[in-house]
Amino acid sequence: MKFDLRSTRTFKTALVLVLINFIVILISFNTGSLRIAPTEVILTLFGFGDDKTSLVLFEYRLPRIIITILAGIGLGVSGALLQGVSRNPLADPGILGLHAGASFGLIMFVTYFHSLNDNAALLIPLFTFSGGLLTAIIIILLTYDRYKGILPIRLILVGIAISACFNAVTLFLSLRLDEDTYTFASRWLVGNVWGREWIHVIALLPWIVTLTPLGWLQSRKLDALSFGDNTAVGLGVSVLRSRLSILAVAVALSSASVAMVGGIGFIGLVAPHLARRLVGPRHQNFLPVAGLLGMVILVLSDTIGRSIFQPNAIPAGIVVAAIGGPYFLYLLTKTK
Amino acid sequence: MYQKIKITSFYNLRSIILFIFFIAGLITTLLTAVSFGAKDISFQNVWTAIFSYDSSLTEQQIIYELRLPRVIGAAIVGAAFAVAGALMQGVTRNPLADAGILGINAGAMFIVTLCFAFFPSISYSILMVFSFIGAALSTLLIFMIGASVPGGLTPMRLTVSGAVIAALLHSLSAGIAIYYDLSQDLAFWYAGGVSGIKWEHLKVLVPVILITISWAISMGRSISLISIGEETALNLGIKVNQIKLLSIVAAVILAGVSVSAVGSIGFVGLVIPHIARRLVGSDYRLIIPMSALLGAILLTLADLGARTVNPPRELAIGIIVAAVGVPFFLHTARKVGRDL
Repeated sequence: MKFDLRSTRTFKTALVLVLINFIVILISFNTGSLRIAPTEVILTLFGFGDDKTSLVLFEYRLPRIIITILAGIGLGVSGALLQGVSRNPLADPGILGLHAGASFGLIMFVTYFHSLNDNAALLIPLFTFSGGLLTAIIIILLTYDRYKGILPIRLILVGIAISACFNAVTLFLSLRLDEDTYTFASRWLVGNVWGREWIHVIALLPWIVTLTPLGWLQSRKLDALSFGDNTAVGLGVSVLRSRLSILAVAVALSSASVAMVGGIGFIGLVAPHLARRLVGPRHQNFLPVAGLLGMVILVLSDTIGRSIFQPNAIPAGIVVAAIGGPYFLYLLTKTK
Repeated sequence: MYQKIKITSFYNLRSIILFIFFIAGLITTLLTAVSFGAKDISFQNVWTAIFSYDSSLTEQQIIYELRLPRVIGAAIVGAAFAVAGALMQGVTRNPLADAGILGINAGAMFIVTLCFAFFPSISYSILMVFSFIGAALSTLLIFMIGASVPGGLTPMRLTVSGAVIAALLHSLSAGIAIYYDLSQDLAFWYAGGVSGIKWEHLKVLVPVILITISWAISMGRSISLISIGEETALNLGIKVNQIKLLSIVAAVILAGVSVSAVGSIGFVGLVIPHIARRLVGSDYRLIIPMSALLGAILLTLADLGARTVNPPRELAIGIIVAAVGVPFFLHTARKVGRDL
């Protein structure tokens, strides 16, 4: 492997991000109704803590933090893939309507299965994925032009319309839920890290662990696509096929993450953009950095949401939107 | 779309016939909407309830206290959203402009949520003013972003920035609602419901909306010239910037006031002006009243549908409007996408 300037820089950036992550995670361990000092956290993690702290850490905080980490990576990478595929720096699973589809899947699930506990949780990613996939298929069908293939610009306009449509249906279905399920659904829809048991970690882990490397392996094709369709064809990439396969990976990543943390928007937009600024446009470098950034943003937002607004926790999605929305608008005024 | 400008004289026979036809249509729709519902009531009873109300009869009470305000509310709000859309489309020359899509409704909703959280006992007319302020603020934000963009505010950019502002404000409203435990009170309202309209709302709503619509019609001539081209309008002596500003103010009043009564109902303002333009040509003196009529008919029918599809349960009216509006949006977006 060539060890050029860019990859040392990527390596350094990744290292710094991992460090930041570590600190944020320690803070996140520390916050909650029972405060645990950082040294105690480390001791307990290595097996030297007392019973009470290890119970709190291993049964309550650790699964939640792992879910936040996984979902952050998933959302960041999925946003990066979508931006690469659509050649549009404004693409994001939320804006493209994938979240709306995934929400629809979740609402279908809670309407017909009612239970959110136990092994039923393993099915949730499947439902949200089906919802996301359905939306993606509708959007692609409507965006497809006989002569020009998938038009990136139209992708966003169609996404906005489709997400409005799915939102209306989701809202309608959620009004029929009973009070408890409704409270859950309304928090979920704005992006709330609700998965907090080991079973939820097991439900999410395989998706992220298999799909993230799969996305990374496509980075060459993504680089080729970013030069434009004609150049990509000249470089020997089958444009339509690789676009569809990358899109499928992105949809699966975002839907699976959304299943556990709710409809969090803007991470898929902000993380790749910052990553591109830090390490340049080569996907091989910036995909992993985008994932790490997504993780930092989500863990931080969840911690802020849980700790600052005591005693009522604010869902992480709202914190992310409050930071990410203005950043997006800033981007909009800068990009041509 | 904007190339097909026909020079129509203001009072041609065709538009007069169309107007008479649709006014009759509106009256029929209103009467039908009042008489059908979870309990069907004969036209004769409707007639007597309206013109010689007798509060001792249950059927007449249903009509007078429940149905009539609701139906009038749906009609007036439909007219308001449609005219707001027509004004926005006219002066921004953007076929995708609509108060829901551009995030204007979301701004109104945000302020209304704040009012619910901090001043729950606020009176309706003050709530309406706040809702208008919210709509005005988000509009200001969108156009400020537009002004700072190199290359101007293309339809695409306007739509995307509107969608993002809407998403941002929605999620902030949801945050406030969750924090103060309001989400259930607000949920039906988010879905857009005309079921909550009472006579006391209509007393404020109807005059404000009717006056604003007439004001908009009086600007119609200038708006049609601006929609042809700003330079042409400037050469013909129109104060382009002033008219644009006033039209947007009128649109914001209409959207803000309507949102305060029924929540956010999107897509009416998108679909109706396009249909009106097909019917009466490109003169906004005709497009605006025609949009008002068609918007009133559409929302009354949508509300009737929402009430009668599965009685006594009600479907959210927003879904029915979205079912009509989304295909239309996609159709229009396809055209816009081709031009880009």
